[in-house]
Amino acid sequence: MTTRPVLELRRVSAHYGPIQVLREVSLQIQPGEIVCLLGGNASGKTTTLKTILGYVVPTHGDVVFDGQRVNGLPTQRLVALGLSMVPENRRLFQRMTVRENLELGCYLRMDRAEIAADLDRVFTLFPRMADRIDQRAGTLSGGEQQMVAVARALMARPKVLLMDEPSMGLAPVLVEQNFEIIRQVNQQGTTILVVEQNANMALSIADRGYVLQTGAIVLAGSARELLDDPQMRAAYLGEM
Amino acid sequence: MADQIVPTDAPVGAGAGLLPAQGVSARRAVTLGLVAGVVAVFVSANGMVSEFAERDVIAELSLGVLWVLMIPLIVGSLAGQAPAVLQGFAAPRPGWRNPAGGALAGLLAAVVMAAFILLIDAVNVRDVLINVRPDLVETEPRLLTFGQGVGAGVALVLAVYAALGALGGALHLLPDRWRRAVVAGVVWLIVMGVLSSLVSQVLRGIQSTTNIWTAPLADALYQGGALTAPAAAVVFVVGAGLYLLLTRPRRTPARVRVRRLPDRSQRIVRVATLAVALLLLGLLPQVLGPFLSDVLNFAGIFLLMALGLNIVVGFAGLLDLGYVAFFAVGAYTAAVLTSPQSSLGVGWIFWAAIPFVVLAAAVAGLLVGTPVLRMRGDYLAIVTLGFGEIARLLFLSDWLKPIFGGAQGIIRVGDVPLAPGVEAGGAQPRLFFYVVFTFVLLAAYISYALQDSRIGRAWMAMREDELVAETMGVNIVAAKLWAFVIGAILAGFGGALFAAKVGSVFPHSFEVIVSITVLVLIIVGGIASVPGVVVGALILVGLPEILREFEEYRFLLYGALLIFMMVRRPEGFIPNTRRVTELHEQELQQDAWLRAKETE
Ligand SMILES: Nc1ncnc2c1ncn2[C@@H]1O[C@H](COP(=O)(O)OP(=O)(O)O)[C@@H](O)[C@H]1O
Ligand SMILES: [Mg+2]
Repeated sequence: MTTRPVLELRRVSAHYGPIQVLREVSLQIQPGEIVCLLGGNASGKTTTLKTILGYVVPTHGDVVFDGQRVNGLPTQRLVALGLSMVPENRRLFQRMTVRENLELGCYLRMDRAEIAADLDRVFTLFPRMADRIDQRAGTLSGGEQQMVAVARALMARPKVLLMDEPSMGLAPVLVEQNFEIIRQVNQQGTTILVVEQNANMALSIADRGYVLQTGAIVLAGSARELLDDPQMRAAYLGEM
Repeated sequence: MADQIVPTDAPVGAGAGLLPAQGVSARRAVTLGLVAGVVAVFVSANGMVSEFAERDVIAELSLGVLWVLMIPLIVGSLAGQAPAVLQGFAAPRPGWRNPAGGALAGLLAAVVMAAFILLIDAVNVRDVLINVRPDLVETEPRLLTFGQGVGAGVALVLAVYAALGALGGALHLLPDRWRRAVVAGVVWLIVMGVLSSLVSQVLRGIQSTTNIWTAPLADALYQGGALTAPAAAVVFVVGAGLYLLLTRPRRTPARVRVRRLPDRSQRIVRVATLAVALLLLGLLPQVLGPFLSDVLNFAGIFLLMALGLNIVVGFAGLLDLGYVAFFAVGAYTAAVLTSPQSSLGVGWIFWAAIPFVVLAAAVAGLLVGTPVLRMRGDYLAIVTLGFGEIARLLFLSDWLKPIFGGAQGIIRVGDVPLAPGVEAGGAQPRLFFYVVFTFVLLAAYISYALQDSRIGRAWMAMREDELVAETMGVNIVAAKLWAFVIGAILAGFGGALFAAKVGSVFPHSFEVIVSITVLVLIIVGGIASVPGVVVGALILVGLPEILREFEEYRFLLYGALLIFMMVRRPEGFIPNTRRVTELHEQELQQDAWLRAKETE
């Protein structure tokens, strides 16, 4: 793993007003990897993703995407460059149909033929979605909504897919399905940064992981290393 | 996946396991009746009944009395209606309870009214309630007591209201389609009665422009401005019959039948429809005559603004309460450039000023839009409200008096030249109609085009969830500014037309109430729906101009209408289909399903 990272945070700090939320966070994601960012409530996971996507401008440090320093760029530019996010709690456009949600996913793309191909790809990934295509997103079950949220983000054909707590609010069996899908998406060539509180699950599919605590990275390593780390086991993997 | 309570395909209890039907509720009838009584007293005490009594609607029945009598009829119909059948409940059977519930409600309304009658008979309330006129009870025509003394009057009120309530409730004994037909007949009756002057004018206008003999019809229908009794019966039958005819079962809708035709015929049908529509609209000002054309022009200017605000509020979801500012900018730009007496004194023709109207309105749109980019909802509403006032105060100010004339405004605004030697201004309402109509058509076209465009989709996404829209790559800043700018330009057109129509501009024409009125038009007509906005503008602006009695109560009626719509039909008269589902379907289904669950 000595290739150039596709996404990198270099000692990034971020504030909400006077309150510092991220403290010199550094992380690297290589092309093709699944990396997970673990951490408890309010540790700054969502803020990290927001900083990557340009909603929050770092007060210190750099966000580097594809070799280019991108902090300060507006969100829509970053999306155009190849970042896409599945937001926390899915946040579908509830009153729009599944199709309209997917169409908005590729809002910036003009290549109609390619879009049609991607739609087919999404349908093979989520066979049930084809039946629900004209149903309003708000009427789908939680698991189906999660699929649409992933599909919507994929329609942008991102280089790096950011996922914010995909297991939140889902039944255990759905969580497992969901992570299986993440793995499939990754195998088809999308690099993934997944933020999770559910460390066990995330580490089971991830190549590497980082652990965030009150805005600072306290632990980093391969998934194996993290799973074996005693400190990690005590704090996040539910063993005392 | 039952991790969410979304019962779109929740099983409808088939036969077995149905909960007992929920029938007409006496308690609900009592509540509704008391409320109706208070409403009836209110419209009597605020002078509406007396004011409206001047106009006879059907034979001897005046609008004032009709106004009061409609209340027990409507409340009877509401009280006599069984609640909507929820999933899992059996449907209630119609029976004696329907009229009984209606009668109960009517009776209670009557009790409240009787108390009011006895009160104004016993004490002089006029010191406090100055609009309680003597003609309600003490002097002829004794509107509330049907011309009788207090004793007989009260008895009559009790009997008549209860009977009307029972009648309203009894409507629910009819099958759905027939009930709707009766309601349609009544609506026709009232509309034809109330709009007697409009209908007569149109009938005479048709005769004078097309030589079709329609004027005698007007004489047959009306006498002294009211429908004659036989005419009323005919109107009712025709109205109800028309409804039945149009809703014949198994009748394929015209649209579907057209779609089944071969392509070429379809095109012919479409072109023909368009041609006929344009021809009719072209003849409209001749048929309507100068007064009604003028009313229509006035409504058209408001419609132009409403279409513009609909883009801002309806499409983009930005609640702008200072919209009148753009109207003012358009009006003043046109006035300054076309009036020979303005500071510039250039006295251009109207059309030469239009590009500058667009420019000025767009700049104003950016000026208002930019500082509020980060604001939403209430904050946005309040700040834009402030901008609206600022604009008016600037035009009024001594500082800008050299340009805008302060309180003296600008006079001698130029007319609109249509052809060499032909000019349309406020004095030629029938010609001016074509100018207004052109702009309205343009605005409607822009609205439809934007709705289906990329920016339209961006607005829709932004309206739902700004943050996520941004994640999809929507440029929120650009989307918001475009909405403000396009909305501002349409209002600017409205302002320019207003200036040309009135011939002068003064700051007091641009009060905040204009913004509010335009917003009400949109909400009542149907937010984000172009046909809804058109109907809203014609009814809410046009009608009070025709029915002068209503003018005084305009804002009271707007308020009442707004509350009613919010409660019963929040998506408006002619809704945008998406909004209906947003506002109703889901909540109804969920409510029904949840309630069924609870009682299990
Ligand atoms: N918009 C905001 N304004 C101010 N503080 C915020 C905002 N969003 C999050 N925070 C604070 O920043 C901290 C980190 O939040 P977040 O990144 O959402 O945590 P996580 O996603 O790990 O639960 C929390 O203390 C939270 O209260
Ligand atoms: Mg979070």
